[in-house]
Amino acid sequence: MKTQQQIDRTARDLDPEVHDSNFMGAKLKSERRYATLHRDYDDPDKLRETAGLIKQHTLEHLDTYLAQAEASFQRNGATVHFAVDDDAVNAKVLSIMNENNAKSVVKSKSMLTEETHMLKYLEENGKEVVETDLGEFILQIDNDHPSHIVTPIVHKNRRGIAKSFEREGLGDYNDDPETITRRARKHLRQKYIDADVGLTGGNFVSAESGRVVLVTNEGNARFCMAANKIHIAVIGIEKLVPTDRDLGLFLNLIGRSGTGQQLTVYNQFIAGPKSKDQPHGPEQTHIIFVDNRRTEVLASDCREILRCIRCGACLNVCPIYRQSGGHAYRSVYPGPVGAVLSPLLAGNRFPELADLPKASSLCGACNEVCPVNIPIPDLLLRLRDKAKREGAKVAMKGTPNLAMWATLCSQPTMWKTALSMGHTMNYIPTELVPHPSAKSWQGARKLPKFQGGEFRKWFKNRK
Amino acid sequence: MSSDREKIFSAIRAALDPLPTRTEKPEWEESLVVCKPSGQFDSLKAQFADKLAFASGRFYDSVEPLAEFLKAEQSTFGYCDPALAHLLDGVEGITFDTEYDESKINEYSFGITKGSAGIAESGTIMLKDGDTSARLGALAPWIHIAVIDEADIVPHIPAAIERFGDDPSIIFATGPSKTADVEGILIEGVHGPGIQVALVLS
Ligand code: SF4
Repeated sequence: MKTQQQIDRTARDLDPEVHDSNFMGAKLKSERRYATLHRDYDDPDKLRETAGLIKQHTLEHLDTYLAQAEASFQRNGATVHFAVDDDAVNAKVLSIMNENNAKSVVKSKSMLTEETHMLKYLEENGKEVVETDLGEFILQIDNDHPSHIVTPIVHKNRRGIAKSFEREGLGDYNDDPETITRRARKHLRQKYIDADVGLTGGNFVSAESGRVVLVTNEGNARFCMAANKIHIAVIGIEKLVPTDRDLGLFLNLIGRSGTGQQLTVYNQFIAGPKSKDQPHGPEQTHIIFVDNRRTEVLASDCREILRCIRCGACLNVCPIYRQSGGHAYRSVYPGPVGAVLSPLLAGNRFPELADLPKASSLCGACNEVCPVNIPIPDLLLRLRDKAKREGAKVAMKGTPNLAMWATLCSQPTMWKTALSMGHTMNYIPTELVPHPSAKSWQGARKLPKFQGGEFRKWFKNRK
Repeated sequence: MSSDREKIFSAIRAALDPLPTRTEKPEWEESLVVCKPSGQFDSLKAQFADKLAFASGRFYDSVEPLAEFLKAEQSTFGYCDPALAHLLDGVEGITFDTEYDESKINEYSFGITKGSAGIAESGTIMLKDGDTSARLGALAPWIHIAVIDEADIVPHIPAAIERFGDDPSIIFATGPSKTADVEGILIEGVHGPGIQVALVLS
């Protein structure tokens, strides 16, 4: 059958090696996650529901918490900035660098800076930017982009990585993962020391105390703010939680949901510049709170998606993501979270991504694993509806016209007649089925023998 | 032209205004986030040691075996917090600086710094900026040794969070630095320590 949706086409044409990397990489993590959460808690669902409610509460009082966070950071000696869109964030980072005569940046993983294409922007403005997360570093040298929120290079295998390292002069071809990691360690170490600025995202922000929480396994975010004098954290306004105490809940969930670890190796709580007597650490801390259409999502009927803590669990468990891989989603956020968030964040480019909400079997697995209990399948349906109402062509592609079916179902007499005549279907060859959508469906599948239509007759004669 | 700050705040208010009701903040008990105990431990120290091993960290409660371990690893030159220098003074074959010299970043094979607390539930070491003599000393060497007072071992994460105070930089470290970016294969020692040690002294 002709595959008309873009995501199906990408999945079909995927290099088998890349498909296998995606499939296995995603599958392993979702299994580990189930095991840890259920091993450690009697009632893991209560934990997820509570976390979801805390986030929902924070979003629905975001003006209050954002103002509180701003005041807390200022009290701690950090400088707080606000940026409405991608251009504003990029310009802000550049101006902080220029004011301080800074030429180079070491960057830790951040999806938000992917949204704003910050790396390219800073490079075009003469700055040296080095990604320090191993996966992101590999993407940077390959001029590629992430295909997963947590494991950005899930689509790559060791042979490809070894070739890239060889090409970049990081040693002879060697595809041993340990050797690859050691080479990156050695190379990046000097970059940390030489850089002027450490640029990070933020996983959570405590409004109460003014603390950015950074969660990494590699320790690269730590290095980004041990050897440099300026720390810039670029943070989406939805990352707030009310208190430090609430962080306990989210840190327990993010490690287990992301990678199946009880806790991610490093959880950092950054309030502001280094202590007075401490020789290492930034003397300036800049917090940039970014909107970039998050307030539009907040105003929509899909605001629950802003609870997302970017754990990647929904990607790992999603049958569509496993088959198609992250690049098929053509946007920064892939998988079920991306199918909701990306079209919303696209603003007036919504029609271009309006097919993504259709890339779901609505099996509900994403909702079941989500640590903040986001009803992703419901949100996908709302977005399908929006796409239909707005006549987004890309979402309509390949969708049969069901108007005839709808009329049939809503007219009891017609429905009854159709059922009683259903048997004729058994004798009509597929080619003669009088509707193009039914024909296209039957081109790839065989209908079972029609056996219905007798129930009403039988029921009518019952005493 | 209003500032970005004003634009964002007014957009948030406009988005929230039409909501007929707003979600209340749920109350939650500490027990909700405390793990089921995995085993019987007669002290927090024993639980911490067990969990640290689970996170592939190493535990010592006296200096001698630690010194032997360092020698066996051929890790005989490093950095040590001046306040902890007495621990290694007189240990033959091990030398260290008490002032962190950035130019020796590749020479220091171990770093000894004070740990502010240990979390028994997860084998986590808590490092506070105010207690640390050098951030790089705890991060750059292959082996990091956090020296923790036994009285500073707390049962779980909420208890550690209660000790935050107004410190500008706090780190929870659970085991060595690691990655599984290459084909999901776990490799320890990416940017930070490849071996994480806790030396718990009473
Ligand atoms: S939507 Fe839920 S499961 Fe998916 S990444 Fe976000 S928090 Fe994780």
